[in-house]
Amino acid sequence: MEKLNTVEGIVAPMDRPNVDTDAIIPKQFLKSIKRSGFGPNLFDEWRYLDHGEPGMDNSTRPVNPDFVLNQPRYQGANILVARENFGCGSSREHAPWALLDYGFKVIIAPSFADIFFNNCFKNGILPIILSAEEVDTLFTEIEKTEGYQLKVDLPSQTISKPNGDVIRFEVDAFRKHCLINGLDDIGMTLEHVDDIKAYEKRRHQEAPWLFNQE
Amino acid sequence: MTKTLYDKLWESHVVRDNGDGTCLLYIDRHLVHEVTSPQAFEGLRLAGRKPWRVDANLATPDHNVPTTDRDQGISDPVARLQVETLEKNCQDFKITEFTMDDIRQGIVHVISPEQGATLPGMTLVCGDSHTSTHGALGALAFGIGTSEVEHVLATQCLVQKKSKSMLIKVEGETPEAVTGKDIILAIIEKIGTAGGTGYAIEFAGKAIRDLSIEGRMTLCNMAIEAGARAGMVAVDDKTIDYVKGRPYAPSGELWDKAVADWKNLVSDSDANFDKVIELDVEKMQPMVTWGTSPEMVTGIEGVVPAANSFADEVKQDGVTAALEYMGLKENTPITAIELDKVFIGSCTNSRIEDLRAAAQVAKGRKVADNIKLAMVVPGSGLVKQQAEMEELDKIFIDAGFEWREPGCSMCLAMNADKLEAGERCASTSNRNFEGRQGQGGRTHLVSPAMAAAAAIEGHFVDVRKMTNTVQD
Ligand code: SF4
Repeated sequence: MEKLNTVEGIVAPMDRPNVDTDAIIPKQFLKSIKRSGFGPNLFDEWRYLDHGEPGMDNSTRPVNPDFVLNQPRYQGANILVARENFGCGSSREHAPWALLDYGFKVIIAPSFADIFFNNCFKNGILPIILSAEEVDTLFTEIEKTEGYQLKVDLPSQTISKPNGDVIRFEVDAFRKHCLINGLDDIGMTLEHVDDIKAYEKRRHQEAPWLFNQE
Repeated sequence: MTKTLYDKLWESHVVRDNGDGTCLLYIDRHLVHEVTSPQAFEGLRLAGRKPWRVDANLATPDHNVPTTDRDQGISDPVARLQVETLEKNCQDFKITEFTMDDIRQGIVHVISPEQGATLPGMTLVCGDSHTSTHGALGALAFGIGTSEVEHVLATQCLVQKKSKSMLIKVEGETPEAVTGKDIILAIIEKIGTAGGTGYAIEFAGKAIRDLSIEGRMTLCNMAIEAGARAGMVAVDDKTIDYVKGRPYAPSGELWDKAVADWKNLVSDSDANFDKVIELDVEKMQPMVTWGTSPEMVTGIEGVVPAANSFADEVKQDGVTAALEYMGLKENTPITAIELDKVFIGSCTNSRIEDLRAAAQVAKGRKVADNIKLAMVVPGSGLVKQQAEMEELDKIFIDAGFEWREPGCSMCLAMNADKLEAGERCASTSNRNFEGRQGQGGRTHLVSPAMAAAAAIEGHFVDVRKMTNTVQD
């Protein structure tokens, strides 16, 4: 997992509540054998005018000019501001994979669906919960200022606005540690290599048939 | 302190207590199939990691494989790529795989016990919710997601929180034609599809001990349908007899040592469970689901219930919606429900005893004219071979069933075997959810004998009272 420390960049607005994981990445893309490459199909049904299927050349598909991420001013965005209950629906990990592959590293919303929230941390995305008023203000400011940027600083847990305002956010200390150090769950477990090896050694004596499997 | 079987299985696999309510749990066996593993292998590669213990893994393609014309390969390019990717991953990481042309290929949950790769006392996981099946052998077995598949590959461990424990006791003398399938459906009818959520279930009592190991697998297979990630049955002589002599099972001195250890894999007589549920098998009949959830089920002598016979309003709405989807009217006798297709297969009911039970009903009879397709899909190449040695295939083919190659097939309709919209199917699988066997398809879950009987009569029938006579 890639380390996440500070993220500075263009902010895109996703101005609707209850954006579900099927909207983030429709089910036909789950047939894929990959964990990467979902970016071009992020929000597929909203983003394109035709029906998307795996294996299509996305560069030749008709895009929906009204969809927010297709507007020139939001190209290259790496921070997404969303409304409440973002990421609800099925538990598919393809949703954070698609967001990350597209380039989003931070998602700010008043609330997130539970499993999606956890899946973000597992995959190196920082989900930030701010109050509904603060999120509302962000939407207004993004709308007003073309090229609106934020600077998210995870170590100090702050978001700096272009006008110099600073917003503090909360994040679980353990999750923060993992993101900053790029530790995924596997990385965490591998910190206990000695324990695993000691267990295997003991178990090999107690139940040798479990280690003699072919 | 007294312990449950679950306590014993859990405690013997704790690598370390993380102190936050979770433990690092060691995994003895990891089963791998084509659908939930590609991203896990890719993740390993991206992180520059290797499988921790290659020999703990066993792989086979099952969800996407065709059940006809195997020699022509897989026509759907997306499915083909998934199967080829599994092959490549197994080659690259030196994991044993039973490929499509291997006689040992089949549904993961069928082949692992068959090979003796599932042993009593093991922890076993797979990226598939029906991994609960393996608990029938006194193992702790449960399904996991793709991130966890990668985690097991890389570390041989999982971070887990211990579940609560539930004992389901089924006592009494089992009536004729009541199988493991009927018992688990009756349990789900009683406790509901969320009844086991948060629990590890141990099945016990005379009716469970009387089941064969294959019957216990059917039972534990559907523990997940009762909401429990794991279901299990204590080890007894049947368990040990079942495992003996299988390719991956220990032998010689190691066997004796293992057996001595396995005999402890029972709950202590005064062990404490968080919840105990008791059922009487003598009141059970062959069961048939009528709705879109496994808890929407009744006996063959019953009728499709009226929505207002349920107290809870949310439930009433659910029943109304289910009957609408299923195209059924309230109070219709179950035996009056006519069928279009019959599917005998899936990790629930595709083992040799299942095929024998179905063949016994089909023998000398003919599939009814209104049945468009009746198919038998053995759970593995070895089950198929055994059935053919016993000439069960002839019985099925003579009766008008199709005899197919092993795989998941119409259980989830990821390959070409599926229901068309509105078609009604008697199925020995485990999920009757909307669209599970094809968009708009209507699934009724039953035992293999009941499915075969339905194929012969064209509608559900009490297999104990079949009128269609046997032809010489
Ligand atoms: S047979 Fe059905 S339930 Fe079993 S593993 Fe295959 S798809 Fe899943």
